[in-house]
Amino acid sequence: MVREGAGWRDIPRGGLILSPGNAARYVTGDWRTFRPTWHPERCIQCFLCWVYCPDAAIEVKDGKVAGVDYKHCKGCGICATECPDKAHALTMERDEGERGVEV
Amino acid sequence: MAQTETKAGRFTARGPKGRPAGRVALTGNEAVALAMRQIEPDVVAAYPITPQTDIVQYFSSFVADGRVATEFVTVESEHSAMSATVGAAAAGARAMTATSANGLALMWEVLYIAAGSRLPIVMPVVNRALSAPINIHCDHSDAMGARDSAWIQLWSEDAQEAYDNVIQAVRIAEHPDVHLPVMVCLDGFIISHALMNLEVLPDEVVKDFVGSYRPDSSLLDPERPITVGPLDLYDFYFEHKRQQAEAMRAAAPVIREVAEDYETVSGRRYGDFDAYRLEDAHTAVVVLGSAAGTARFVVDELRRDGRRVGLLKPRVFRPFPGLELADALAGLDAVAVLDRSDSFSTMGGPLFAETRAALYQRAVGRANRKDSGPSSGSGPGNGRPLPITVNFIYGLGGRDIDPGDMRAVFSRLARVVETGDTGDVVNYLGVRE
Amino acid sequence: MADIVEVRWHGRGGQGAKTAALLLAEAASEAGLHVQGFPEYGPERMGAPVLAFNRFSDEPITLHSHVAEPSVVAVLDPTLIRDQGVVAGIKDGGALVVNTPVPPGDMRRRLGLEARKDLRVATVDASVIALRTIGQAIPNTPMMGAVIKVTGLLEFDQFIEVTEKLLAQKFKGRRELVAGNLEAIKAAYGEVDEG
Repeated sequence: MVREGAGWRDIPRGGLILSPGNAARYVTGDWRTFRPTWHPERCIQCFLCWVYCPDAAIEVKDGKVAGVDYKHCKGCGICATECPDKAHALTMERDEGERGVEV
Repeated sequence: MAQTETKAGRFTARGPKGRPAGRVALTGNEAVALAMRQIEPDVVAAYPITPQTDIVQYFSSFVADGRVATEFVTVESEHSAMSATVGAAAAGARAMTATSANGLALMWEVLYIAAGSRLPIVMPVVNRALSAPINIHCDHSDAMGARDSAWIQLWSEDAQEAYDNVIQAVRIAEHPDVHLPVMVCLDGFIISHALMNLEVLPDEVVKDFVGSYRPDSSLLDPERPITVGPLDLYDFYFEHKRQQAEAMRAAAPVIREVAEDYETVSGRRYGDFDAYRLEDAHTAVVVLGSAAGTARFVVDELRRDGRRVGLLKPRVFRPFPGLELADALAGLDAVAVLDRSDSFSTMGGPLFAETRAALYQRAVGRANRKDSGPSSGSGPGNGRPLPITVNFIYGLGGRDIDPGDMRAVFSRLARVVETGDTGDVVNYLGVRE
Repeated sequence: MADIVEVRWHGRGGQGAKTAALLLAEAASEAGLHVQGFPEYGPERMGAPVLAFNRFSDEPITLHSHVAEPSVVAVLDPTLIRDQGVVAGIKDGGALVVNTPVPPGDMRRRLGLEARKDLRVATVDASVIALRTIGQAIPNTPMMGAVIKVTGLLEFDQFIEVTEKLLAQKFKGRRELVAGNLEAIKAAYGEVDEG
């Protein structure tokens, strides 16, 4: 990955990005003011949150929704909006007092 | 060899088999299409426009007849032609297109994307006037408008040079130190549609010369995925432009190296420019393209009358071989720079502006840093005064320039030298008052 | 420097002036000469006056301007002689070859060239020859034969040999067209009249 502040001699030609998937290394979790909380007991595994999340921050394990990747979740709330009303498995809460990354 | 005396002139009849091997008679467009067939790029995406049309037509028939394995992409515009060529080059293909005039203008934003993405595309440009008023004939306004797009520009005097430039362009573009697109310019109609002699190379010699293209990255390599053309804001854009400037600088020695290699296979020698009878000349013209041939004819004619005149014809316009050119012109008394386009700066045409800038740079002697090419203090013309320079805008929209016009330019230079009076710096040659 | 012989072809759109210039250039190139052949491109319309040019030399030709002072003028359509352009700039000692049934002496008068004894005027009924041999009144190939006869640019046998090859390429094996055009060239070569 290109080093921040690198000079013109040390960066790939023409703006090529040679390290695929490097967005994973860019942590955006501390942009969040609201955080989604996932309630596994209410989750019906419809995957709508996973489909709609713009930051690929819904974690999936063994083919099942398993939580939220708080390193990258920006707290947009789309997951909570898309979660079916009957299930109500994702709720948004203020992230007060713990801004930053929950690992 | 039998001499045939005719009332029209004298010829040496060589017989039907007397033609030297490799010498053929082709139009400029046929010669370019032949070079493209021999190069056999992976992808050609092109849209026809006069006077480039024949190139696309001939090449598409080579594809249809199975003479090349090239993927030919028919597109709906030149914007798409260049876009498809960019896509193909980004995917790791050796990609070419060709255009003229308004077609080049329509490619505009994508020209910068090709160069900025450092894609080694080769594009013949058959020079034609830009509208309006609408005109299909030779004029350099099209390519001159694209001179700051970071494309390398090679210019051709005739079909031979167009053919040779297209073949060399592939190696220049793809050189790892360069990785820039190359335009090969040839004069619309005057060269593109005129049948003339040239010597062509056997297919296998061209194939060997250009070799196969092995890009160091490609959109179609799943093992090493890449992104081409990402958002690049004030944090890195400037550095990428600085890289382009460096690539253009690096192109100068590569162009010379490729020309040397080309000489070994073709016997034809090409420099950044052709200095014709310049060593002991007092006055000279600087001119691009086919008009240089007419100037050459007039130089020979005037030399027979004892006039010490010469010609400097740039082949490489981007990068501009300014300091070498200034060295070659230093010591002359007066130089006329001929431009087949106007910059409308009111300060003369683009070739004139570049030539004058180079002479100034040489004169002020601040060009001896390692990144500025050869030192201005060590050239053959060192210490000699710089020539008086005047500019002639000529031939716009295909207006013919004939030996009489060239003689008039040399007469004007003689007068400038004799009287020391430059007169108008910017002049219009062959326009009706 | 070797002489450059310059030819100017006058025709009308569709009569093949451009083809004649290019074919003659190709033939002369095959025979070892340095050549140029090029048309003047304007609005391309059937029947509009058109020009095409040739240059021939023993040495490479670097001139890329129009031909202003031809030593040979070939006129494919006799109605074009109304235009003073056909005699414009013709070099001393030059020749005009006109497609017309009119004898050369009459043609010289019509061209207003009685005083120009240095100029040669030749005529040939190329349209009729073309009708007879090719079946179409396209006078360009017979006019090539007439130009070869009048100028001696190439030895005739040599010219026929290379032209046959070129026509075979051009007409892609349509033998009747190749044969017809060759016959037209030979007929015009034989029939052209210098008076």
